[in-house]
Amino acid sequence: MNERPSRLAPEPLPRRDFLGLAALWAAGAAMMFALLGLLRLPKAAVLPSPSKRFRVTLPESLGSGEPFVPAGRSVALFRDGAGVYAISTVCTHLGCIVKPMPDGFHCPCHGSRFAPDGSVVKGPAPRALPQLEVARAAAGTYVIDEGETVPAGTRAEA
Amino acid sequence: MSRGGADTGLAAFWANIKGAPRLFADTMFRSGRPRTDRTRSEFIFGNVFLHLHPVRTHRWSLRWTTTWGLGIASLSAFLVTLVTGVMLMFYYKSYPEVAYDSIKDIHFVVPTGRFIRNIHRWAGNVMVVTVLLHMARVFYTAAYRKPREFNWVVGMFLLVITLGLAFTGYLLPWDQLAYWAITIGANIAQSPREVTDALEITRWFDPGGLQKVLLLGSEEVGAEALIRFYLLHVMILPLALFFLAAVHFWRVRKDGGLTRPEDVDLALPPAPGIQPVFTEEPRKTYHLAAIVRGTTPAVGNGPENTVPSMPHLMYAELAAFMLTVFVCMVLSLLFDAPLKELADPAVPENPAKAPWYFLGLQELVSFSAFMGGIGIPAIVVLGLGLIPYLDRETAGTGKWFGGPGGWRLVCGSAAFGLAAVLAVEALAIRFGWIREWWPGAPQLLITAVNPGTVLTSIYAAYSIWIVRRYGSTRAGALGLFTCFLCGFVVLTVIGSYFRGPNWDFFWSHTQWPGH
Repeated sequence: MNERPSRLAPEPLPRRDFLGLAALWAAGAAMMFALLGLLRLPKAAVLPSPSKRFRVTLPESLGSGEPFVPAGRSVALFRDGAGVYAISTVCTHLGCIVKPMPDGFHCPCHGSRFAPDGSVVKGPAPRALPQLEVARAAAGTYVIDEGETVPAGTRAEA
Repeated sequence: MSRGGADTGLAAFWANIKGAPRLFADTMFRSGRPRTDRTRSEFIFGNVFLHLHPVRTHRWSLRWTTTWGLGIASLSAFLVTLVTGVMLMFYYKSYPEVAYDSIKDIHFVVPTGRFIRNIHRWAGNVMVVTVLLHMARVFYTAAYRKPREFNWVVGMFLLVITLGLAFTGYLLPWDQLAYWAITIGANIAQSPREVTDALEITRWFDPGGLQKVLLLGSEEVGAEALIRFYLLHVMILPLALFFLAAVHFWRVRKDGGLTRPEDVDLALPPAPGIQPVFTEEPRKTYHLAAIVRGTTPAVGNGPENTVPSMPHLMYAELAAFMLTVFVCMVLSLLFDAPLKELADPAVPENPAKAPWYFLGLQELVSFSAFMGGIGIPAIVVLGLGLIPYLDRETAGTGKWFGGPGGWRLVCGSAAFGLAAVLAVEALAIRFGWIREWWPGAPQLLITAVNPGTVLTSIYAAYSIWIVRRYGSTRAGALGLFTCFLCGFVVLTVIGSYFRGPNWDFFWSHTQWPGH
């Protein structure tokens, strides 16, 4: 029976309805994909941030285990028998700047305490202060990269 | 034309000039001045700004003790911040190099600038307080019940937006206070890393890092962060608040006005004198359509114990508005908005404190960032949002502390809530927390078991016991809400007054070490 659809026996989905719905869904899908693409907007492909690499000259008089904090940087540099190393002074808890003290590091914001090697002693900090990459550029001059962490105990030649 | 005609023409013209101001005033009211019940109704529904109001208001809604005017006070404080905020935008510059200077200019150079900035700041604080109190009022009068469940959820969003507005405004002065509060806030956003780091999956799945970058537009708090916070503060959040508030008010109206107890007509004292109803200039004629049963004829009374919104509701709202503005003004005259030194990324403020309404959270964050800053707040907001969907009882609707247990249960819960939070805090302050007891504790345990987690569990257990004891979800909700309110207050007070440098505990500000 191939009768034309009538009011008594309508098509399952009338052609007009099908076209209308298809257009609606196509428009909806286009909008959705456009929106998904736009969601990338708030995160730039290159994040604006100051250079993480810097050069520093250690003072001759710097004693063993004595901290040296370059101006404007959140890094403490140390010299010991094995060489030179740098420890980040950004608290791993909530980003405050920790203070180098004789017994390690103290955070002023929520009281975290770190040992001289950066490991957590007390307080809410979840991780040890990372040790940063240090490369010797010349005698007494070093290049520090705040973006690169190295395993604790690493030393650059003095 | 004769001379006499010119005279009368001039006289009429003169009379027109004299009458013009009055006529102008009359034309402001499309349906005449609101002198009769009919024109009062038209005053409300014919006005684009007022037509969110009902034409008539139930006498119960007009009692101060029904709402304490807290919703209107919140709206008023918002309007005050809106107006003063636009004024501040004349001078404020949202770039790190000049932001601090522009605030200083506003404070010291711009005429009335200091006063406007103070009002803006105080109105923001007042808004946080009134919004919280408004939530407590709606909860304690069980006004979230059917059909108002959805409006309670809208209210939750409004609460979050209000806190967001207050917090984003905190960064804009670019002083030490602002810089370090935002650094801490952004790192709380990043704190899911505590969990992903402990599971060692951060390299593939880092929602914390994404949240921080989206908030700051960079890895650090800098120019990108300032412009983002500025945009959120002056554009995105106010717009969101505006639209949600419109929905909120519309639903109040459409859900039947303010919640009233079932026996409201018995509870209300008789109307003081006869309310004028259909007494002046009737333009409609009425006839007796039915013989009504009952002993008191309704002659001279408004339908269903209501009065015209104009003037009764309008004047009540105006009073709440004026009181709010008055409070903001007095606070602004007495206390200047703080401004610390210029932001210094190398030296944290010590102690670095968030705005007071977040100090309770900061107290929890000082034990573990993720649970205190994201976990507990998420649980609290979700729990609050669920209240109307879990409590489907009807007893006590519209009554203060209505429901099984009532006022006695609330007092008992307050005592329990206070005792629990004080005990947990005393333990943590006196004897330290997990790392002090067990230095090798795994990080996941330290992250998860925060004093806040312990407190939440205690409160939850208590309220489950209440549900069983009273056989009522509402009783459990009364207990839990009261406990959390006490916890919030105590933690906020501890964070505000008893925490000093290095977030150490001090009995008094005078014991802080000099630095």
